[in-house]
Amino acid sequence: MDNLTIQVSAGSIFGFLGPNGAGKTTTIRLLLGLLAPTSGSATVLGHDTRSAAPAIRERTGALLEFSGLYERLTAADNLEFYGRVWHLPRAARAARIQELLTHFGLWERRREFVRTWSRGMKQKLALARTLLHRPTLVFLDEPTAGLDPIAAAGLRTDLAALAGREGVTVFLTTHNLTEAEKLCAQVGIIRAGRLVAVGPLEQLRARSSTPRIEIVGRNLTEQVAAALRGMPGVLGTALHDGRLTVELERDASTAPLIQRVLAAGGEVEEARKAVASIEEVFLTLMHEAEPPK
Amino acid sequence: MIGDVLTVAWKEWREFLLIRGSYRAGAISLLLILGVFGVFLPLQFGPDLIQSPILLIYWAWMPVMLVISLIADAFAGERERHTLETLLASRLSDRAILLGKVVAGISYGWGVAMVGVALAIVTENIAHRGDRFIIFSPGQAAVIVVGTLLTAALAATGGVLASLRAATVRQAQQFLMLGTMALIFVPAFGSRLLPAPWRHAIADFVGRTSITTVVVILLAILLGVDLLLLALASARFQRHRLILD
Repeated sequence: MDNLTIQVSAGSIFGFLGPNGAGKTTTIRLLLGLLAPTSGSATVLGHDTRSAAPAIRERTGALLEFSGLYERLTAADNLEFYGRVWHLPRAARAARIQELLTHFGLWERRREFVRTWSRGMKQKLALARTLLHRPTLVFLDEPTAGLDPIAAAGLRTDLAALAGREGVTVFLTTHNLTEAEKLCAQVGIIRAGRLVAVGPLEQLRARSSTPRIEIVGRNLTEQVAAALRGMPGVLGTALHDGRLTVELERDASTAPLIQRVLAAGGEVEEARKAVASIEEVFLTLMHEAEPPK
Repeated sequence: MIGDVLTVAWKEWREFLLIRGSYRAGAISLLLILGVFGVFLPLQFGPDLIQSPILLIYWAWMPVMLVISLIADAFAGERERHTLETLLASRLSDRAILLGKVVAGISYGWGVAMVGVALAIVTENIAHRGDRFIIFSPGQAAVIVVGTLLTAALAATGGVLASLRAATVRQAQQFLMLGTMALIFVPAFGSRLLPAPWRHAIADFVGRTSITTVVVILLAILLGVDLLLLALASARFQRHRLILD
């Protein structure tokens, strides 16, 4: 990691995005005090990762790269073990295990050995284990990796519901951009150990993509496009399948564009501001951060 | 701290019992072990197994055989099955994790050995019914209780150290196999490599010393080795090193 500074607000879901090998898992390991930084420091929940790692681990939960479940044991035994690890009193432990397993739809299968379960069920159980002791902060390292779309969507829904209900702060690493878009209030983007951008997704979108207008209608020809290109604030135009896309400078006004289209003989049925997808934002930021050759 | 050690040991015990896939298979396997050590071999050896001091070695070896068959899994198995990092990310201290695994190994080896001893006494008394009850002398009983505890600890601490150092369970088992062979062959053949005056001095010392003193010295050496292995395992147990491994 290189000069990484992130502040995550309490109670939010923070998405940490980056390509494979960018340093996402290493960051989690550093923040949990499992690895010591070669220089610099990090503070998690007010504790220094070098000197007070046990205090950090006391108040955090972690679902790491692998589910970390004991596959020889039953689902109930897995949660029982970690409930004991976190000193949950017997009655509270039993109630919490029932609450979480019921929430995830696994209560009826609690006596089954984990090795017989599907990957989706194991991830749900691992998430239950992570939240068992009501941590203040949880680290989730690509929790939906390897799940089929239905299982991934289910896990995302469960995660969002539980995070909201329990007021837990979530530090989520993923390279599933749609997942980050659906879940995260803020995202940080990392490349080769360096933080490329951090902030609410809308902010990153505004920063890294040019505003665009998509116009749908009839007679949207190359002539209409050419008429727009000379206008102030217009950076470029593109015609695809009778749809005209106009790239604008950041503060350009859109009303005169529509008038110019009409004046040039085009008919407008719909005009909307196009929003860059998170994938476009991500790729733009990655491209910007690419070291010069 | 003690609660955390027992929690880890609780989990290890469950895994020991489920190593064959179910509690039933685990129980059958345990019964087979007890059948061999507590019934079959006592019937073969006869009352000598209880009355002859030399056969104390038999009881001392029993926990070693039991523990090394499982202990290789302690850390290497967690690493292989990708459960180690989650365990390390929990609130458990290094010492609690390490001692929990050692305690689980010792309690398994020693506990099963003690049940085996009790079963052997029952077997001998049923098979050789006579005027008197066949049982260990108080001195032998003390040596068996303490000796099996220390040999179980030897296997557990050595096993945990091997498991910490090994990348896989198989490698840990190989380390342990070599260690066990060294335990057998070094005393047997190593003494021949000693200079003759040393050999004579040792034989002389053993001849002059009472058997009780020799046993106490051996147990003290065993305790020292156990503590040394535990200290080495403790030094080897570093979270960042285990993660990077």
